[in-house]
Amino acid sequence: MASKKIGKATIKFTNPPVIAGTGTIVGPMEGRGPLADDFDVALPDMTCGEKTAERSERKLLEQAAQIALERSSVDKSMVDYYIAGDLLNQIISASFSARQLAIPFLGVYGACSTCAMGTALGGMILDGGFANYVLVACSSHYQAAERQFRYPIELNIKHKTTSQYTVTGAGALVLASSGEGPRVTWATTGKVIDLGVKDQCNLGAAMAPAAADTFLRHVADTGHAPDTYDLILTGDLGSLGSELFKALVKDAGCNLQGNYNDCGLMIFDTKTQRVGAGGSGCACSAVVTFGHVLKQMERGKLKKVLLIATGALLSPLSFQQGESIPGVGHAIVIER
Amino acid sequence: MPSQKARQQITKMPETIQAAQEQKRRQKVYEQLVAEKKPKPPYVRNFLAAFVTGGTICLLGQGVLSFFVRRGMDNVAATAPTLTVMILLGIVLTAFGVYDELAEFAGAGAAVPITGFANTIAASAIDFKHEGWVLGMGAKMFIIAGPVIVYGVLSGVFAAFVKLITKL
Repeated sequence: MASKKIGKATIKFTNPPVIAGTGTIVGPMEGRGPLADDFDVALPDMTCGEKTAERSERKLLEQAAQIALERSSVDKSMVDYYIAGDLLNQIISASFSARQLAIPFLGVYGACSTCAMGTALGGMILDGGFANYVLVACSSHYQAAERQFRYPIELNIKHKTTSQYTVTGAGALVLASSGEGPRVTWATTGKVIDLGVKDQCNLGAAMAPAAADTFLRHVADTGHAPDTYDLILTGDLGSLGSELFKALVKDAGCNLQGNYNDCGLMIFDTKTQRVGAGGSGCACSAVVTFGHVLKQMERGKLKKVLLIATGALLSPLSFQQGESIPGVGHAIVIER
Repeated sequence: MPSQKARQQITKMPETIQAAQEQKRRQKVYEQLVAEKKPKPPYVRNFLAAFVTGGTICLLGQGVLSFFVRRGMDNVAATAPTLTVMILLGIVLTAFGVYDELAEFAGAGAAVPITGFANTIAASAIDFKHEGWVLGMGAKMFIIAGPVIVYGVLSGVFAAFVKLITKL
């Protein structure tokens, strides 16, 4: 009997995992953005002193994990599982960082939804009594993502108005089975939804239906009214995607008020920074949630936050073969 | 604009394969919704930026050509060194990270002239050098320019063929 399962796809943690500490590290663009003060480290350049973009991303991930461990005063030998993911093929940033950390490793791929997916999985492991500490982390890197999914960095491309800018950075958090701090109380696992969007430069539109689906299911499963949340966050829908999300949710009879925002719109100043429709990437929702949102909770400005991290599950291959782009959205609730 | 009732159906997924048709209909509705919300690019600004930048690059090319002509070359002989200079310019600007910025501003105005073609090769070469001289840079240098060359040559052959036939 699944006693912790509520409704169709939601989990209510009976012993909600505690967020013992977080680590966030970002690149120079994010460091000039409106949330700059809430990140632990903002690097002056994207390279991290490494030769390739891929190595830089790995270093970001390792450093974020390190900061999270220090902040939570948990030695890495005490951590039972390291759950991580990123955008690169075969999640090399995550697995290579695991080589460095030497913690039993579970690699996950949820594209930009990885931070919520990892946190939910970590929560299940802790609540199930399989571990005392779980380290969750994910990363993305503008140059590494551009190279893999789009074009060479220096290529003469004019970005479309709906294109999004991959966040350079990494976010990590240590979940503990007990202690003081904000807790992850609910999690709703998303279904993969594809409404036929084929435009690789419009991932927000590809992911919005999945985010709306997860949000509506979360609300139906839990019975929480949307206004009981201080903040409802989507991962990286960007300006067009979040408009679509609001429209879809509204059509289902749920009118979102001022407590809705999108991590991709928060991390950059979309008016002055040239980021197209907003930020994206695994690091986008990770650094905004683990950095900004949790700091706002510490300051007492937020009490209950719903994050629906969204991922576009395409690969360069599927895109080139003319396939449409499936989206997914995973939701977690963080309460203080 | 799709009706609200039609839009309500969007977030519900089909449970069976038989519902595939229904899924298609939803896709259509969603497509309309996306098209309706999608911001229009600033066409006039983009056209102007492309025109001015592309024109400036061509003017520069003309200047270089005139320079070689003044040095005693005829127009045909001067094209080769002119192209070389413009290609070099495109590569240098790419190496210094300027050319992609220019293209972000000017779009096709930066992509269409031969400097843009040089950029596609230089940008790929820079990008793939970490994967090695042979399988990285050597193999992938033409990843963007390759199709241009292939279909350029192909259209040349086609045009020559048409010319040959019409002459007969």
